[in-house]
Amino acid sequence: MSAATPETGYNFAYLDEGTKRMIRRAILKAIAIPGYQVPFASREMPMPYGWGTGGVQVTAAILGKRDVLKVIDQGSDDTTNAVSIRAFFARTADVAVTTRTRDATVIQTRHRIPEAPLHEGQVLVYQVPIPEPLRFLEPRETETRQLHALAEYGLMHVKLYEDIARHGHIATTYAYPVEVAGRYVMDPSPTPKFDNPKMDDCPALQLFGAGREKRIYAVPPHTRVRSLDFEDHPFRVQSFDTPCALCGAEGVYLDEVLLDDAGKRMFVCSDTDHCEERRADGHVGTGGMETAHV
Amino acid sequence: MYVAVKGGEAAIANAHRLLAETRRGDTAVPELSVAQIREQMALLVDRVMTEGSLHDPDLAALALKQARGDLIEAVFLVRAYRTTLPRFGASEPVETGAMTLRRRISATYKDLPGGQVLGPTFDYTHRLVDFALAAEGEAPVAAEAEPLPDAAHAPRVTDLLGNAGLIEPSAPDDGTPPADLTREPLDFPADRALRLQALARGDEGFVLALGYSTQRGYGRTHPFVGEIRVGTVAVEFVPEELGFAVPLGEIDLTECQMVNQFHGSAEVPPQFTRGYGLAFGQSERKAMAMALVDRALRAEELGEPIGAPAQDQEFVLAHCDALQATGFVEHLKLPHYVDFQAELELVLRLRAEHAARHATPQTEMKEAAE
Repeated sequence: MSAATPETGYNFAYLDEGTKRMIRRAILKAIAIPGYQVPFASREMPMPYGWGTGGVQVTAAILGKRDVLKVIDQGSDDTTNAVSIRAFFARTADVAVTTRTRDATVIQTRHRIPEAPLHEGQVLVYQVPIPEPLRFLEPRETETRQLHALAEYGLMHVKLYEDIARHGHIATTYAYPVEVAGRYVMDPSPTPKFDNPKMDDCPALQLFGAGREKRIYAVPPHTRVRSLDFEDHPFRVQSFDTPCALCGAEGVYLDEVLLDDAGKRMFVCSDTDHCEERRADGHVGTGGMETAHV
Repeated sequence: MYVAVKGGEAAIANAHRLLAETRRGDTAVPELSVAQIREQMALLVDRVMTEGSLHDPDLAALALKQARGDLIEAVFLVRAYRTTLPRFGASEPVETGAMTLRRRISATYKDLPGGQVLGPTFDYTHRLVDFALAAEGEAPVAAEAEPLPDAAHAPRVTDLLGNAGLIEPSAPDDGTPPADLTREPLDFPADRALRLQALARGDEGFVLALGYSTQRGYGRTHPFVGEIRVGTVAVEFVPEELGFAVPLGEIDLTECQMVNQFHGSAEVPPQFTRGYGLAFGQSERKAMAMALVDRALRAEELGEPIGAPAQDQEFVLAHCDALQATGFVEHLKLPHYVDFQAELELVLRLRAEHAARHATPQTEMKEAAE
């Protein structure tokens, strides 16, 4: 494993083995304390901070030669940053890559959890910009670490309560805070809250990497993940009025695509792999056939 | 229409080819060589090395060429290369007191052992554009140099002050190897060694502005430039199998020692305190700014009231790195439509509820006003 791949002159999956061991130790600690943010010595990576350096380091540390890697951004395998990260690992690790959720052993994601249910043995790696759920309530790391240590989450509940008092709703729509295994409040990364229920009792291992902020945290398989809410204001996910225009899927997260400047628009699956599989199975949406040929 | 959001792979490849062509510019103009950048853009090379935390003038010059002269992009290339380099170990501390001097000035003494040596400096030049430089001509020749003071005769100003007990002693070396910012996660509160590491690789503009803010009253430190010295020092390393130091080579450094006021406390008599700056090559502005901020960040240790941004280590250390800053600012270019959709849905719902709530009274008010 330590032999440099002849094509790039870099070690397998870019990072040297010492660094990978350091990251794996952080990952193991994170798994042992679900939802706890473990500091790690994040390395400088050849892509910018804020563009997935944490996720890339976690993926590099866990990737083996027989893994099958899927990378998505906004639910799609074909957005520019997903293409770039997939190409990075195809080049530095020479692993098989896929777009099919069920075939992947490691899925690196930014902002979405795939629609297809994950299964045991899979690892979902999240790219995290701000790992601290309390950061926008308390900017100081020294303070927030104490609040976590004391499980003092009153600030967060007051914030959610103020939302309700002001807007009638909890106005957090993504990066919606969750409580993990009844202990730590955790930031699920900026996934829409639509995806929060998928984290609960998930059979796959969920790992979170924040490169710039130098933190790793984890949700082990089959762990309770509860979105914060109140008895009289239970947690609710977004719902869409229309099904996907391409595959007719309902109960999935949709992207709004503007068709012209006169307000014409259509809603399509954010998870492109899910949409393509459904269409391959013969599902057709209301606006699917014409637009797909444009 | 849906096709428009696909096709990222081909678009990226084409954009990168266009970048390569744009980088080269007009092919009728001769291509810049790395050696030309290294020799003639030397201060820029020094800055890339300093913020890139890697002393390699050729690599820094190449990075500048590849980055089309974008400073932070060049620092980025150097850092991403540095992170893959194996560590053999740490060198011995460099002895700046034994520096082969090229420039050495003090603002606290008119004259001092070793004298004031201006060296190659923009100071006291008139900033008039020299149009003669646009025409290529004979290489300029420097005036005959006086023999420079040798190190033994140009002791550090802080040592002179220290001998008289007027300045706090440097913390003695207790043998603990300093922590490494690039190998361990930053933990607050960070000790001075770690803070200095962060400032050394911090963005010059950011550190400069913070240093400036202390001069304008946001955490005043009453600084004097005790000394700035620019020159060459030897780097030595002790290989385990030998057990004694062997020279690895020489590097150029700029060191700034700020001398700051301190009124004393119950235990400590009034004396001057230190702020320290060190940078690769000739990087005086950076070394000075770093020394100001270093001193400001010692406010807690010295029992001074804390309130200014430059005294707040969480604020300074978390934001001084240009790569972290630029990465996170520029990541806003990445698609965010999933989150935007979630916000859009909420805004639409809130607007609908707002409209329903205000529909009747608002129309009445409008009519009354009109």
